[in-house]
Amino acid sequence: MRALPAVYLGLMKLSIQEQLQYRVANYFYMIGMIAEPVIYLVVWSTVARERGGEVGGYTAGTFAAYYIVWTLVRNMNIVFTPYGWEWRIRHGRLAIDLLRPIHPLHYDVAYFGGWKFVVILMWLPIAAVLILVFRPTLDPTLLEVGVFALAIWGAFFIRTMALWLLGMISFWTVRVGAIFELYFAAELLLSGRLVPLSLLPDWAERLADFLPFRWTFGYPIEALIGTLPPAELLGGLLAQLGWIIAGLVAVRLLWGRAVRRFSAVGM
Amino acid sequence: MRLFRLAWLFFRINALNELQYRANFFVQLLQSLTALGTGLVGLAVVFDYTDSLRGWGFGELLAVLGVYTLTGGLIRTTIQPNMERLMDDVQRGTLDYALTKPADAQVLISVREVRVWQAVDIVMGLLILAVAVPRLDVAVGPVAVAAFLLALLLGGLMIYSFWLIITTGAFWLVRMHNVLELFQGMYRAGQWPVGIYPTWLRTGLTFLVPVAFAVTVPAEALTGRLTVQTLLGAIGLCALLLAVSRLWWRVGVRSYAGASA
Repeated sequence: MRALPAVYLGLMKLSIQEQLQYRVANYFYMIGMIAEPVIYLVVWSTVARERGGEVGGYTAGTFAAYYIVWTLVRNMNIVFTPYGWEWRIRHGRLAIDLLRPIHPLHYDVAYFGGWKFVVILMWLPIAAVLILVFRPTLDPTLLEVGVFALAIWGAFFIRTMALWLLGMISFWTVRVGAIFELYFAAELLLSGRLVPLSLLPDWAERLADFLPFRWTFGYPIEALIGTLPPAELLGGLLAQLGWIIAGLVAVRLLWGRAVRRFSAVGM
Repeated sequence: MRLFRLAWLFFRINALNELQYRANFFVQLLQSLTALGTGLVGLAVVFDYTDSLRGWGFGELLAVLGVYTLTGGLIRTTIQPNMERLMDDVQRGTLDYALTKPADAQVLISVREVRVWQAVDIVMGLLILAVAVPRLDVAVGPVAVAAFLLALLLGGLMIYSFWLIITTGAFWLVRMHNVLELFQGMYRAGQWPVGIYPTWLRTGLTFLVPVAFAVTVPAEALTGRLTVQTLLGAIGLCALLLAVSRLWWRVGVRSYAGASA
């Protein structure tokens, strides 16, 4: 257990070096991703303007802030894809991982965690351009910046585990594509990715309270753009912590069963 | 004529080949349905707060979504698979097999692949249009339908030329797959009429990536907004793009070194 920090450090260094090699590929990927929030942003600023400048507390300027911060949060949300599990199982990668003395979750957290440093670095110029073009209203306090800095990592951990759990379904059935599709559709609508949650109908917003999605997307964004009262700002971090612990417990429970199942069919 | 027969033959072989995999139909159906669902929710949330977006009402934006789905289906059934195959062939040097055949190489590389199950989106788009068109304020007469089909054809040809120009870049740059992702991101902008975007973006979506001509212009034909000037402009630009892509393709092939020789 004492070796774990060293393993993390090593893996993170490795992924940073690896991803720095693919700068151009990373950039194309990140720029392609920008189309999505820009579309939402344009649509909603148009709505705000048609309603005399404001819709549900958002102005064109705060929408710009929301969707620009969105781009960083979206990048933090990228973790090992559930579609990758089939590949891991089929190509025997998992058999290798299982031989190692530490839990495979650590590898994914460390690898993607390291990559995030590259992503954040590369995101800065993109953000600068978006800020120049869309003129966001963004004036966070020091506390909000601090909470945001923690919340994006909370989002990363929650989504890592949520998608791990989703991907592990591959141990039981190969027809997982449908489940993934539905999951991602629900996530898109109820996380704050498509539209700020406060603009959804009341019942949908309440539904989102019972799901982990908003803590990976809407919450970090709202923390920085300053739409949250202090209690919710700090309470959100606790909620994130709760979901992380729930995720860890669930991964632990499911992983034990999954591995037993794997050895039955695999080697 | 011979070239059309060739294209038809390739289409039939590929279709038969893919029709073996029935389960893929349901996967595609589910994907199309979730895309439609999220698209509709997006529209519904927007129209909770407003009655029109830059002069486009709900029915009209539904028509735009229909055209967007339809054109997207056309692209993914015919254009995209061929261009992906071309990129792979250039990367692995297997393009030799196409170039050494007696038929025109550009035609050959443009008709080799077809993904029939993606046609679910074409059907879905038509269904959305069937729901949207009766909700429009204007009656859609035969002239509008003809203009719509013409605009759709022009838009499709422009997207094809655009893709061919980009893909031909693979002759020099080899790895072009990220460009695909860039296009897919840009294409999503077509879900809304390009008129709502700021000028610089609208210009890009019209002339750089012809999303405007592929989605917005056909939708304008249906909603009674299309002017003769726009249609003439589309014809002119389409001819220009076809010519440029043809020339560019020839330059590209000349610099292709092959790998097997």
